[in-house]
Amino acid sequence: MAEVLVFVDHVDGAVRKPTLELLTLARRIGEPVAVALGNGAADTAAVLAEHGAVKVLTADASEFADYLVVPKVDALQAAYDAVSPAAVLLPSSAEAKEIAARLAVRIGSGIITDAVDLEAGDQGPVATQSAFAASYTTKSRVSKGIPVVTVKPNSAPVEPAPAAGAVEALAVSFSAQATGTKVVSRTPRESTGRPELTEAAIVVSGGRGVNGAENFHIIEALADSLGAAVGASRAAVDAGWYPHTNQVGQTGKSVSPQLYIASGISGAIQHRAGMQTSKTIVAINKDAEAPIFDLVDYGVVGDLFNVVPQLTDEVTARKG
Amino acid sequence: MSLRIVVCVKYVPDATGDRHFADDLTLDREDVDGLLSELDEYAVEQALQIADAADDAEVTVLTVGPEDAKDALRKALSMGADKAVHVEDDDLHGTDAIGTSLVLAKAIEKTGYDLVISGMASTDGTMGVVPALLAERLGVPQVTLLSEVSVEGGVVRGRRDGDSASEQLEASLPAVVSVTDQSGEARYPSFKGIMAAKKKPVESLDLDDLGIDADEVGLGGSWTAVDSAAARPARTAGTIVKDEGEGGKALAEFLAGQKFV
Repeated sequence: MAEVLVFVDHVDGAVRKPTLELLTLARRIGEPVAVALGNGAADTAAVLAEHGAVKVLTADASEFADYLVVPKVDALQAAYDAVSPAAVLLPSSAEAKEIAARLAVRIGSGIITDAVDLEAGDQGPVATQSAFAASYTTKSRVSKGIPVVTVKPNSAPVEPAPAAGAVEALAVSFSAQATGTKVVSRTPRESTGRPELTEAAIVVSGGRGVNGAENFHIIEALADSLGAAVGASRAAVDAGWYPHTNQVGQTGKSVSPQLYIASGISGAIQHRAGMQTSKTIVAINKDAEAPIFDLVDYGVVGDLFNVVPQLTDEVTARKG
Repeated sequence: MSLRIVVCVKYVPDATGDRHFADDLTLDREDVDGLLSELDEYAVEQALQIADAADDAEVTVLTVGPEDAKDALRKALSMGADKAVHVEDDDLHGTDAIGTSLVLAKAIEKTGYDLVISGMASTDGTMGVVPALLAERLGVPQVTLLSEVSVEGGVVRGRRDGDSASEQLEASLPAVVSVTDQSGEARYPSFKGIMAAKKKPVESLDLDDLGIDADEVGLGGSWTAVDSAAARPARTAGTIVKDEGEGGKALAEFLAGQKFV
């Protein structure tokens, strides 16, 4: 059976959920061979094996942390040369998309980014994507070379599928470009204890209607009652009420959770571009004419300062 | 010596218009207005600021696209770029990201450069891969997704804000840079800028000028194929209630019914 390379996104050996989703998709088109790089790479093997990796190729070197992107491209290319896979899958993070792009040029392949589904097809894997602010759904494939595909979080279920997961050291010789961009310093983002925005099953977002940084705790309290991530509209971010890393929309992050709750967000096209593929959409807004209500499964026309705390209390009570 | 900056920009369909696919599954440009991608305005802005801080610099704005794409170049020129290069060829219709990066790389090499700047992604395709593709093709460092950028003494420095960390990066020129919408608000063209832009040179290049075969680009030469595009079915009308004091409780009931609580 054809092998499929899966690029592992992990933090010091802790595998992030989108990688486990990739293993589910990889099994539809072949046998997953995982590639884990950097500090803690070998520690990823057990969980990858539980989710279907027949092999885990690992490499660690200071270059992976000290220089931007290219060392990882060199390593993935080494894995590609060692395995001759039928496809290469990566998560749709900013860094992984850049790795995918450079690998695609090197191996003479086409690239598809931000797939929301992947299936086997007569002419190779077929990827489903959303286009034009999710107003269209397209089916695409790579027509030259080996498909290099990045997949959005929440595009497939995480399914246990025990496999051998044999760990093998991957030999990497770094290219002349590898040390071109130096990471002079790295400041880890302070953990909020909440799920990562793009990976979360539930996202609670606040917009212009939140009316000030001092009111965002109302949104955070609802998020915490649901175990959700917090998002913000561009209006809220530009006003300085919430960090840019939490911005949902065309110029921010694209999210596709099971449940999206928009509070005080009118729903401009730029915001819709970032959340329209959410499975269930709920909105709370004072303005009954707000375009967000065109998208919702359930909408409440009302003041978020009344509705959101009441919802939070009710959710907490039901969970208690 | 002069610092040569090339800014790659894209002419995109207005997102507030009705965007749809043509019969060949490329963007239908007939029914929708185009404009300079908003995210590329940030790239033009940073290029102008870097040029202002340098002793001697020249900013060239570059695009690949149909005749109308000149509008995007004019906008960048009216903001303050010095000259423009327009790659236009009928055979380019339907070119994908890999093909576009090939055309841009050849045009950049022909123009000459010390620094290439682009936006973080286009606002239509939103792939965000072209800067990395360009760095790979040009064989120079990529210093991408910067929220702050500066150039001094032949070194580019910047801050990249990722999901889990904020990184300070540096690389020697020549290099490819991309900037985010956090890099600094783009200036509006002044009346003087708009008038001056009319006199600035716009060089036109075609595939022959760049030594690219037609079968390496366009729909036929594309590395990817779109097999189908379907309008997303309209959402079935949701339930909308007016809050009469119990709206939060009603919403909780809905969420419980959907097993979210």
